Amino acid sequence: MLDALIYGLINGLILALITAGFTLCYSVSRLPNFAHGALYILAGLVAWTLFNSLGLNYVLSVFCSLISTAFIGAAIYWLLVMRVRGMEASEIIVTFAVALLMMEVLRYLGFVGPKFTLPVFVSGSIDILGVTVDYHRWVIVALTAALMLFLWFFTHNTKVGLALRAIAQDERAAMMLGIDSDLVASLSLAFGSALAALAAIIVLPLGAITVETGYSVLIMAVAVAILGGLGSMGGTFIAALLLGFSQQFAMKLVGPQYSMVVFMAAIVLVLIIKPSGIFGKTKELEERV
Amino acid sequence: MSSQLILEVIGLSKSFGGVKAVDGVSFKVRKGEVFGIIGPNGSGKTTLINTITGFVKPDKGKVIFKGVDITGKPPHEIAGMGIARTFQTARPFLRLPAYKNPVVPLYSSRARKMFLGRYGDRDHVALDLLEEVGFERDSLTPYKPAGTLPHGYLKRLELARCLALKPEVIITDEVFSGLSAAEVASIMPLLEKLNMSGITLIMIEHRLRELFRLAERVMVLEYGVKIAEGTPSEVVGNERVKEAYMGTEVM
Amino acid sequence: MALSEVKRKERIDRPIKVHSDDMYVLASFKTMLYLAGPRIFPALTLLIIPLLVPSVYTVRVVIASCVIAMLAMNFDFLLHSVGLVSLGGALFFGLGAYTAGSLNYYYGINPYITMPMGTLIGAAIATLLLLPCLPLRGIYFALVTLIFPLFFSKIIEATLILGGTDGLIGIKSMVEGFPHPFDLWIEAYLIISATLLTLFTLRRIYRCTDLGLVLNAIKDNDQAVKASGINITLYKALAVFIAALPSSFAGAYVTHLYNWVGLSHWSLDYSILPIAASVVGGMGTIAGPMLGSFILVPLAEYLREFGSLRVAFYAMALVAFIVLWPEGIINWLSRKYHQLERWVKV
Repeated sequence: MLDALIYGLINGLILALITAGFTLCYSVSRLPNFAHGALYILAGLVAWTLFNSLGLNYVLSVFCSLISTAFIGAAIYWLLVMRVRGMEASEIIVTFAVALLMMEVLRYLGFVGPKFTLPVFVSGSIDILGVTVDYHRWVIVALTAALMLFLWFFTHNTKVGLALRAIAQDERAAMMLGIDSDLVASLSLAFGSALAALAAIIVLPLGAITVETGYSVLIMAVAVAILGGLGSMGGTFIAALLLGFSQQFAMKLVGPQYSMVVFMAAIVLVLIIKPSGIFGKTKELEERV
Repeated sequence: MSSQLILEVIGLSKSFGGVKAVDGVSFKVRKGEVFGIIGPNGSGKTTLINTITGFVKPDKGKVIFKGVDITGKPPHEIAGMGIARTFQTARPFLRLPAYKNPVVPLYSSRARKMFLGRYGDRDHVALDLLEEVGFERDSLTPYKPAGTLPHGYLKRLELARCLALKPEVIITDEVFSGLSAAEVASIMPLLEKLNMSGITLIMIEHRLRELFRLAERVMVLEYGVKIAEGTPSEVVGNERVKEAYMGTEVM
Repeated sequence: MALSEVKRKERIDRPIKVHSDDMYVLASFKTMLYLAGPRIFPALTLLIIPLLVPSVYTVRVVIASCVIAMLAMNFDFLLHSVGLVSLGGALFFGLGAYTAGSLNYYYGINPYITMPMGTLIGAAIATLLLLPCLPLRGIYFALVTLIFPLFFSKIIEATLILGGTDGLIGIKSMVEGFPHPFDLWIEAYLIISATLLTLFTLRRIYRCTDLGLVLNAIKDNDQAVKASGINITLYKALAVFIAALPSSFAGAYVTHLYNWVGLSHWSLDYSILPIAASVVGGMGTIAGPMLGSFILVPLAEYLREFGSLRVAFYAMALVAFIVLWPEGIINWLSRKYHQLERWVKV
């Protein structure tokens, strides 16, 4: 029981970390970034390449990976999304197509297989109350908690952060105050990508980097976002924890193969009972009043 | 005009985020009267209407239509019960030709009941409705795409859309806005005619002079709160109302 | 500034188009041919190919193109008439495939009954699953259609129901017992006629029927439609169901074509290729997606050696077209066909 609780917590935090970038981007710019999963594994692979093939220092590799992913995110916006901005259908299609493009090219180039792993931060494990948990997972917990606190602080206390929240609440008002919508959108996509990269660096060491992970990450992020309320960072966090726990309990009580069922059931339930998600505002639902 | 109540709103409240758009508004509308709702910008008039017609769910309060509680019902149900509304920015179905616009409501279940018999040819019913609201029957105007019509016609089109439901109440949201003096002068008799035929009118308006010629009773909102109610002359003389519109500075 | 040098492009209808407007098209063969030609010739070509070119390979390519065309038309209809982005043609496809496959595998029902049943039931299940999303913003629909096929795939893989990872093998073929080349022709004509039927029906629904009118109005201004006393969700659901039918049929058909249904029927291929075909061919016209399918699928055959790069290719084509040439091929063609362009001095 205890192990389910502990792993549930860890799982939940991992989910929160993975989803953070997606939610940030949507909450600020109403931009559904379907390339989220692709950027995730791209970041991991960039770091891997820099670290293993080019022999760069680990920290430097990570840093470069973060920057380049953010850059790519912004580039996606400037080159592609900006041209179809406003037509929600096209935005979705374009980011999705870019994601596929990236992931399948990576697959073709051979970036698949167990040799693609990132090193864990600290190896070894620790026993707590009879439950074995490796150090890296604790590192994840710590880092995620720190990141969440940082994001909270950032969006509530710094000028840029507050501006982002303002835009998230009312884009038109923000525009009237002179904030450039396109610049903000590309920034938010860049931030979201950077968060995805960060999540990748932290979480990928737990397993190998595969293209399938890219798809899974997208599914999970979407599921968590829907449950928590598209565009609500707080809701996403709670939803991630909920799903993390549910997943672990389902796996323990019913069977390990039912982990995905939990996600699907959660989405269906949410859509029927409270479609805006746990913390979503109902205003978000309808296009306009 | 009977003294029978057709619409009763009790303690309606709605907040968006931290802003109280409508705060405890109550009023009654009698069957067959013309009831005006006025107030400076941002006083919550449109939100009030959205709440009554079901586009927005109120936080508190009740809306009672002909004795039935319709609070929180979805918009199409409320329209189906006989309350039609126009929208502040008149947006007809742009790409459809004008005469197809009133055809759309004819597919509702209410229209099916009301127009029994004549229902065979929806296009004809629609053309009749357009004639009723002032489109010249034998001109090409009804056949043009709705997006190309001048503003005055668009307002009439909205009213035709309402009439397709054979409503008992029509709520107009700033129907005079964007119209020239001549256009207003020509649309007033139409509204009078509709009212004479038994339809209760609830009109949100900014053009007070025109409204006061039609309305028997008027309610004033400011920041979501009702600050006055009465006949036009009573309301015009009200100090609070003057303050709301002019501000508290003495000119 | 040399004012006399400023030119602009002017587009006017071709004379023959003006002649063939309305009733006057019946005045001469030329005008009738002008209008009927683009409609009839491609359809005729499609119908004749299996007879003219009896190579199994060619016919299979035609069949594959038709299957994707069904999915693409589904996508376009949903987008154009309801305004919903369906990222999951695979959802409808997979549901139709598994329904038909299961009915035949577990109950031994004849393919000519499982195919219609698979179509109807598959479309119905899909509509029910998507029902909660309909009143919500378009993005929810997109998200749900994207992840549901992946979910189904993972669940089947994990719980090993319905054949699990291997799928259901040994499903009865629809042409069992028929001699060659009749078997090929039956398979081909079944899908070809289904495709043409879908093409004309969907176009007709969109333009000429009540449903099309209301859907158009909903897409234009859904608030006004609600205020007109019409239950929007009901109409949207109806549209989703109708749009799902071709895709579910495609799934059921493919099951009995390859005599097998498995996890790959949920694959993203069936989601992305139809979208790419629609974008390339020209969205909003139903015929465009069909054209796009017949361009992309044969191309895809040539790229078969590249394995998963195929999908990357579709994705690239999609992105390129949507950003650079959003109107698509068929709209461009139609413009050239109907209108003259010339430069005029301002």
